[in-house]
Amino acid sequence: MRLEPITDPSIARRLGFPFAALCTTFLIASLLAMIAGGNPFSVLGLILKGAFGSQFAILETLNRATPLIFTGLAVAVAFRAKFWNIGAEAQLYAGALLTVLLGTGALPWPSAALLPVLAVAAILAGAVLLLGPAILKTRFGVDEVVTTLLFNFIFLLFISMLLEGPLKDPMGMGWPKSERLIAEARLPRIAEGLRLHWGFGLAILSAVMIWIIQTRSTLGYEMRAVGLNRQAAAFAGIPVNRVLLKTALLSGGLAALAGFSEVAGVKASLTLDLSPGYGYTGIIVAMLALLNPLGVVVAALFVAGIFVGADSMSRAADVPTYLADMMLAIALLLMVLAIMLTRFRIVRD
Amino acid sequence: MNTTAVEALRLEGITKRFGALTANDAVSLSLNKGEVVALLGENGAGKTTLMNILFGQYAADSGTVHVFGKPLPSGNSRAALDAGVGMVHQHFTLADNLTVQENITLGAEPLLRIRADRQGARQRILDLSEKYHLQVSPDARVGTLTVGERQRVEILKALYRDVRILILDEPTAVLTPQEADDLFATLRLAIADGLSIIFISHKLHEVMAIADRVVVLRHGKVTGGVATKDTDKAALAAMMMGTQAQPPKVAAAMPGAVLLQLDQVCTPDQGSAPGLKSVSLALKAGQIIGLAGVSGNGQAALADVVGGTAKPTAGTLTLNGDDRLDWTPRIAVQSGIARIPEDRHKTGTIADFDLTENAILERYTAPDFSKSGWLNWRAARDFANAIITKYDVRCPGPDTPIRLLSGGNMQKLILGRTLEAAPQVILANQPVRGLDIGAVHYVHSQLLAARARGAAVLLISEDLDEVMALSDVIHVISDGRLSPGFARGELTPAQLGLWMAGQGFEDEMKHAS
Repeated sequence: MRLEPITDPSIARRLGFPFAALCTTFLIASLLAMIAGGNPFSVLGLILKGAFGSQFAILETLNRATPLIFTGLAVAVAFRAKFWNIGAEAQLYAGALLTVLLGTGALPWPSAALLPVLAVAAILAGAVLLLGPAILKTRFGVDEVVTTLLFNFIFLLFISMLLEGPLKDPMGMGWPKSERLIAEARLPRIAEGLRLHWGFGLAILSAVMIWIIQTRSTLGYEMRAVGLNRQAAAFAGIPVNRVLLKTALLSGGLAALAGFSEVAGVKASLTLDLSPGYGYTGIIVAMLALLNPLGVVVAALFVAGIFVGADSMSRAADVPTYLADMMLAIALLLMVLAIMLTRFRIVRD
Repeated sequence: MNTTAVEALRLEGITKRFGALTANDAVSLSLNKGEVVALLGENGAGKTTLMNILFGQYAADSGTVHVFGKPLPSGNSRAALDAGVGMVHQHFTLADNLTVQENITLGAEPLLRIRADRQGARQRILDLSEKYHLQVSPDARVGTLTVGERQRVEILKALYRDVRILILDEPTAVLTPQEADDLFATLRLAIADGLSIIFISHKLHEVMAIADRVVVLRHGKVTGGVATKDTDKAALAAMMMGTQAQPPKVAAAMPGAVLLQLDQVCTPDQGSAPGLKSVSLALKAGQIIGLAGVSGNGQAALADVVGGTAKPTAGTLTLNGDDRLDWTPRIAVQSGIARIPEDRHKTGTIADFDLTENAILERYTAPDFSKSGWLNWRAARDFANAIITKYDVRCPGPDTPIRLLSGGNMQKLILGRTLEAAPQVILANQPVRGLDIGAVHYVHSQLLAARARGAAVLLISEDLDEVMALSDVIHVISDGRLSPGFARGELTPAQLGLWMAGQGFEDEMKHAS
């Protein structure tokens, strides 16, 4: 058995294999559910119902998808230029930190003025955070996978230090959490009475904007060229290092918006459990979306749906929520396989 | 060839389709022991596909392969290797970070063994390299070797495995004339020992020199087979092209003003490749300057300086009389320098970009194609379509990824995108390497047309015939130094060869002192 490259895969092939990967994911998940003692059909049904079965469930899924869209976009933008940003988690907390620093009363402004300032401050914080690894890479050739990944731990410890010290809420009963945002710094709900805040709208808007930038702007063209062939890009006169720095700024800013949106839209204060690994899950989201910014929205909804659905399923069927993590891992592995199968065909000897 | 020849290889009715394209259509071919068969054909004629099937990298849709009478399972490289089939690819398949010996024994020896017989392997490599005049040190790291040396490693690798049938895909495309002669001497020794060779080449004089028989492929079909002693170059070219191929006629040039001037330019050495040593060169309007030289003697450094990808450490670059201190690829393009890069796959184009995206690669910031950071795809597409029509780029359309195009059509797109800007200086670095005769003539006629409208052309090539045929003035580059210029017809190839070996420079220096 061998692999033979396909020079020009058909649309059916490019869509069929990823779809088959998703179906297989659900099949394996039901087997796992069965092993865990549940009825495979009811478990899958419960996940679906928990994720999309009611207005409440759908809104919960959309809420959960919001930070994943931001981190997914951050990763997709960077990976497109072959800039391996594994540090979306730290950039998310940088955005959250700035939101809390400026949103807890430091700027006593009305919402219309305060929220844009908070968002921009968050973006700048995330961008600056990623600028360091980007400069190390372009100047000295330091591998950004190592720097961004390790910086996550440093930055989380730094946040922890702040929450135990200067940022600690004096009214927090000793918990390591910041003060709450003032009311003007909270993102409003999209509709009265619905548990969905405007962070979701901002996420969708960001995805569309990134898509437009990638397909229509010279910067998007440059980022794709640098990602596909750095040598040819440099020969053609594309300033490769400058493009990588711009990519880093954009990627870091997007990841930071996840932190802004979670604090201003949901939690209202900064704690160390603000993100259950949204920065890392963003990598899965971006890969599932094949780095397409609009695909990121769909992939984020899929991933969020599995998490939310598994939560509610585990309450009803007594199957552990870890099933969600396994499903994601399986989906990612199968998707990688599916992508390979769209580009190669298996030939039997 | 003797009459009781043993048949080493027989391909019968090989057919291979890629989607709608039939790369090989019922191709049959036989090869006797100790025989050299040349496989001749334009780019995209199906030569490489056929050899990849023989070597087991592709599985044929139908047809059979017999090696010394035994059928070879289709699509199995291991079986092909075991049967004694070896292949030297056009693009070498060596690991740069391993030594010569490690590269040669890789795959030939079991990977996991307590004690590898390194000494024995080393001795065998030394014996083989002595026997076949393949000079290369077993301990050298492949990354430090020249192209010619790397090819010797590839051939040693095949001989080390006792191949009985050797496939050479465009082996001389990257060699100097002397290196090519050395290669032929080696091959003759191996043939005398019973090796059978399939030789893929575009260069007709080489085919005539080395092959016993020629098989011509066109559009995936065998269109002719002839013994070399019964044919000549013109007849072969006609068989390959389908029509009689004519090289462009070169009229005398009338050089005008100096457009681009390099004065005492120096660049640092790059690993084993020498940098430029105080190079001065004037490119004049309406003149083609040819740069002859053995590969890796500073051609790349010179091309980088002219093309803007490297800055000189000393010396000046003057364009139209103005010193250019800030010299980048983009400024070079904007100043009217057309650049045809040495490697069209790696530096000239982006494989996964479509033709439109590749067409604007150098000039996407120009007002024609973008305004305040937003691209005008309609204009870009029109530009690509114009190139496709005007330069006869054969492709399904401007939205096709460029990696699906043959080398010749890729080069036509590169020519089109640079020449459409009506450049005043053209830097053509190995512009026809690996192209078929039709494409070669096309590229050459475009360069001559550019000269006729007053462009200055710097032609860098390792193909001496090309340099001598096109250039009004020839310089030789050796170890980063530039020889004085010789007008057309002043030097014979033999004299040029001496300069290329660096010998003329010594005399020159004596005169100077």
